[in-house]
Amino acid sequence: MKFSKRDFLKITGLTILGIGIKPAINLFAQNEHQPVSPAPETLAGKRWAMLVNPKACTAANGCVDCIVACHRIHNVPDFGNPKDEVKWIWTEHYQNVFPGQENEYLEEDLKARPFITLCNHCDNPPCVRVCPTKATFRREDGIVMMDMHRCIGCRFCMAACPYGSRSFNWLDPRSHIKQLNPDYPTRMKGVVEKCTFCEERLAKGLIPACVEACKEKALIFGNLKDPNSEVRQLLRSHFTIRRKPELGTLPQVYYMV
Amino acid sequence: MYDAGKILTGLIVFVVLITSPIWYNMASGKASTVPKPEIVTQEKQCIEPTAFMRTNHMNLLNTWRNTVVRQDQRVYIAADGKQYDMSLTITCLKCHPNKTQFCDQCHTYEAVSPTCWQCHNVPEGNR
Repeated sequence: MKFSKRDFLKITGLTILGIGIKPAINLFAQNEHQPVSPAPETLAGKRWAMLVNPKACTAANGCVDCIVACHRIHNVPDFGNPKDEVKWIWTEHYQNVFPGQENEYLEEDLKARPFITLCNHCDNPPCVRVCPTKATFRREDGIVMMDMHRCIGCRFCMAACPYGSRSFNWLDPRSHIKQLNPDYPTRMKGVVEKCTFCEERLAKGLIPACVEACKEKALIFGNLKDPNSEVRQLLRSHFTIRRKPELGTLPQVYYMV
Repeated sequence: MYDAGKILTGLIVFVVLITSPIWYNMASGKASTVPKPEIVTQEKQCIEPTAFMRTNHMNLLNTWRNTVVRQDQRVYIAADGKQYDMSLTITCLKCHPNKTQFCDQCHTYEAVSPTCWQCHNVPEGNR
């Protein structure tokens, strides 16, 4: 039988096609099994927000319950000096919290009061926009999340955040944690950290640690998308302000002044 | 080439010497030292079959960390339908609490240094 060049090319082509079919089938067949699902007890919120009631807050009398609870649970280090300070939730004076409020004569009490401040979990977060590695990103439920695995420590987000909510680990934080919580990871030297609205607790059906720790109910947490939630009811019945709204970041921590 | 004989002999000796561990292993039929990860759990199977875990645990953990952190999906459904909490410290270290005798055995042998433990906690006494 004559085996022409034409036949040879035909058979070669068919052989290559045959070899290629199996991986192609595998590629399409693989995607059927969906191996992950959310935890069953995850709080099914759609847009998380926090209300701060400075009038109920007793921080002026030295109460630091929320700060201690948060920093203990999340293994936040204490370096003992303001330059290296790492903080997720802290207190700030009126003029630093609301520098845009220009009323000269205010309710006497307001200026003297310390305000609880934390990450505002903005709807339009500038930190997310500048992050070159997408280490910080906005989740569907509004939480501005940190992926420590991706953070390269460039600190663009710290420069972008107008609220000073982000802290950089200049030193290895491990040795500066007073009491290690074994259930939560620490951070390493060279990453930025901040409040995550206790997303790890929300996944277990718990409210954020600071809200739980506050005995005065000065912190209220809830779902903005639910019109009957506590936050929505309080927002309806109280006048609230937000930090630096003029910047257009749409912060989601409301202050009931 | 000057001194071709000497150079070639020298080269051959060099190659043989540098590859001698390979010849030794081939001749003796087994590696001189093999890592012996110690398994202390009573469980019959890991998340997935042992052979899969042995070769793919790093990919599995990588997928876990991405799905948990970035997609907020926390339950892993294994091929046999069993559900697992996607957590290195809670799920993996529950059965393998002995990091030094388990994880480090192969990692040291393979000269890989995973950065997991810079942040994730190892149970007390196994650092």
